[in-house]
Amino acid sequence: MSSNNRPLSPHLDVYRLPLSALISIVHRGTGAFLTTGTIVLVWWLVALAGGEASFMGAQDFMSGFIGRLVLFGWSFALFFHLANGIRHLVWDAGYGFEKDEVEKSSFIVIGTSAFLTIMIWVVAFSSGAGV
Amino acid sequence: MSLRTPLGQAKCLGSAKKGFHHWWAQRVTAVALIPLTIWFAYKVAVLSMSDYQTVSESIGSPWSAALIVSLIVAAFYHAALGMQVIYEDYVSNKAVRIAAIMATNLLLFLLATAATIAVLRIALGG
Ligand code: HEM
Repeated sequence: MSSNNRPLSPHLDVYRLPLSALISIVHRGTGAFLTTGTIVLVWWLVALAGGEASFMGAQDFMSGFIGRLVLFGWSFALFFHLANGIRHLVWDAGYGFEKDEVEKSSFIVIGTSAFLTIMIWVVAFSSGAGV
Repeated sequence: MSLRTPLGQAKCLGSAKKGFHHWWAQRVTAVALIPLTIWFAYKVAVLSMSDYQTVSESIGSPWSAALIVSLIVAAFYHAALGMQVIYEDYVSNKAVRIAAIMATNLLLFLLATAATIAVLRIALGG
């Protein structure tokens, strides 16, 4: 029995996931992560509504190491999901399906989300000095 | 005789309308979220080291409060729709799937309501 031309599933330990596939998974991951992360947003707004003492408590936590880490993760997840979400909308409109276009937009998504993440932290730290 | 279409019977699914609505609402909320999240992220970054007075005045000003409530509605609606798709893809047991979707929707609804009330309270100075 010849099995030469039967289709094979990828051997996962030697199979390199295409970048576009990785990004697709990360879009879903960031979507779920952002959904969980809304708890932080709600908590912060409720703390602000609760008055000065509860707000200062929230600010203290958010400017600590864990708080910063959560915010950093959240900002990157948001900008990644935003950039790739726009790519999804472009696809939905029917554009950008050629293999080289998909390749190119993968890099644009990564570059844009990294750039926006860095920019928002530059804004955060530089406005702290000014205000 | 059933009033369901032959295709509908064969697939054991309802009409396509709801599926389209789900897909479309996910897109509409996504488009709304593009400017809203950029604006809000920028605002929070600028305010990140300000004191209580400055932050509550800025968040509670009428336009800003209106935009934040819009952001909350769009984001939680978008998140609920998105989480439903994730459950539908990975949870094969129907009862568990429906329970997970319901629990998520209720929880997100509660969070959205709490956030909206908080913003209103900040805006109205209650
Ligand atoms: C910043 C603007 C945003 C844009 C442009 C955007 C865009 C999109 C798009 C186009 C999809 C559909 C992807 C697909 O068909 O597979 C999607 C899925 C999703 N989004 Fe967003 N989104 C944004 C913000 C958010 C936020 C703030 C949250 C959470 C609170 C969120 C949570 C989700 C979830 C859970 C999914 C489902 C993921 C999946 O099906 O794989 N998104 N988003």
